[in-house]
Amino acid sequence: MEHNNIMLSFKGDITSELLTSMLQIMETKLENLDEQPKTRKKVYNVLVECLQNLYHHRDEMENAAANDETKKQAIFMISKNATEYNIMTGNFVKNDKMASLSARIDKINAMNKEELKQHYQDVLSLEGFSEKGGGGLGFIDIARKSGQSLNYDFLKIDEDYSFFSLYIKIAQ
Amino acid sequence: MDKITIEGTSKTPTIIFDSETGLLELKGRSIPENSIEFYKPVVESLDKYASDPKDKTSVNIHLEYFNTSSSKCILDLFKKLEAIHKTGKEVVINWYYEEDDEDMLEAGEDYQAIIKVPFKMIEVGD
Repeated sequence: MEHNNIMLSFKGDITSELLTSMLQIMETKLENLDEQPKTRKKVYNVLVECLQNLYHHRDEMENAAANDETKKQAIFMISKNATEYNIMTGNFVKNDKMASLSARIDKINAMNKEELKQHYQDVLSLEGFSEKGGGGLGFIDIARKSGQSLNYDFLKIDEDYSFFSLYIKIAQ
Repeated sequence: MDKITIEGTSKTPTIIFDSETGLLELKGRSIPENSIEFYKPVVESLDKYASDPKDKTSVNIHLEYFNTSSSKCILDLFKKLEAIHKTGKEVVINWYYEEDDEDMLEAGEDYQAIIKVPFKMIEVGD
């Protein structure tokens, strides 16, 4: 077992206030670690995208599962070992969204650095604004900044929902 | 004439837009959850400015971080600048990035590939 130090973990409802506090805590922690500015920026950038993904997803779930508070909950964890940072996020998704989500991530994982750059530019310039403004760039950005594949899995909960986990590594 | 000054916060950049001198400046970090709402006043002012722009428009982008939701809004601003440039007026985008921040340099190159306006990549020391 490799030695992992958990820097921050959370389970519950990711609100805007909470997201802001988590980013503040992590910024201070990264500064105190005396990390290289380059790595610190990468980790912070990826954190922003991950947490805002969870936040925007919560809004979606609010419409989809208004009567089920638990489905809005998410988990988040960042840890660090001798060589890398590990970020894990988890949230509920509707089963009918699974296939398109997998396809999007698999497509990104199959790309090299140059292809990812091109893909990012294509999505940035061609797609219109989504109502949240992100327009599907989040995963591409995370893959580019981390420089590694995005691992994920789905755990089927019931007829309607699965739990989606995403694992991101960032080398130090 | 329009002059916009928005003070920066831990999540949003300082923005200066002066239609009198043709200067647009974004500095700090841009990671709001709702970028469209935040950038709306700037997009609208730049829209107005585009109908009667100065002979030269200078743009300084000096961001430490920006999220993907802001990246679409920044592209929106650049598209308006591209339209001004198309009419034969001078437009320059100065893209500042910290020494060693390859991600920010690459982000500038992404825009450079999409927007037909002269970009100047400027590295700044810590």
